[in-house]
Amino acid sequence: MKELIKLQVGDSLEEVQLPPVTRLDLIKYAGASGDYNPIHTIDEEAKKAGLPGIIAHGMWTMGNLAKLFTPYYEEGFIQDYSVRFKRMVFLNDVITLKATLKEKNENQLRFHVQAINQNGQEVVKGEVVFSPY
Amino acid sequence: MFAEHIGKYSEKVKNRIERSVVKKFAEAIGDPNPIYWDEETGKKSRYKNNIAPPTFPKVLDYGVVDGLKLPSKGLIHGEQTFHYERPLFVEEEIYCYSKVEKYYEKKGSNDQLGFLVIKGYGEEPSGEIIFTTTQTIIITETVRKAMIE
Repeated sequence: MKELIKLQVGDSLEEVQLPPVTRLDLIKYAGASGDYNPIHTIDEEAKKAGLPGIIAHGMWTMGNLAKLFTPYYEEGFIQDYSVRFKRMVFLNDVITLKATLKEKNENQLRFHVQAINQNGQEVVKGEVVFSPY
Repeated sequence: MFAEHIGKYSEKVKNRIERSVVKKFAEAIGDPNPIYWDEETGKKSRYKNNIAPPTFPKVLDYGVVDGLKLPSKGLIHGEQTFHYERPLFVEEEIYCYSKVEKYYEKKGSNDQLGFLVIKGYGEEPSGEIIFTTTQTIIITETVRKAMIE
């Protein structure tokens, strides 16, 4: 595994493609996070809210996206992590996680991060500022 | 109905970063790296501790802002940020509280959208900040009207 500080601007981390989103993924996230909003787990509630079906918690996708950086915990820490939720994630969607280095100085590595669905649409977009030790 | 609360804080609430809760959370986001829960891995790391995943603070209790009522349905999560001074350690005890940071409205495609920004703080018992987090909640006109009825 290459060290993060050796990356050059424009380089990307290895992409991660998640398995298709299942109801169990969302039930587990609801339990682990305490967010029991039923539009994430129960079809009728999602339909009542005007949705075609249940949708993933935005924080499920945001949480997944951060794992691109977990293997580098000895090298530094995530100082800032900010995202915008652009589109909904539905059951069976296949999400790909990406990070590209945008800016680099002695104290900071600034990455552009994205979660993209199987149609190539951005569902989450944001930034990670990694602070090396 | 939200603007009057801008600048208000909740009380501080003691939160313990429990290992079993962190482990369950890490598994739920598909990131079962042992740095989050295995004691040996934690001890051998530069932190001498296990750490929590960066989005874990979403799980914590930030208290209640007096008088602030949010609808139970129809909220849209627009944005989320985390800022850390250092990673959060497993089994540490911290104090959390929240503040109503902003509220503004913008014209959406067929509705006047409300944007409520709530900031959360995590502090050491000494008062030193460990992290801050903000969430932007979008509240549509329809949902706001339903709250008044």
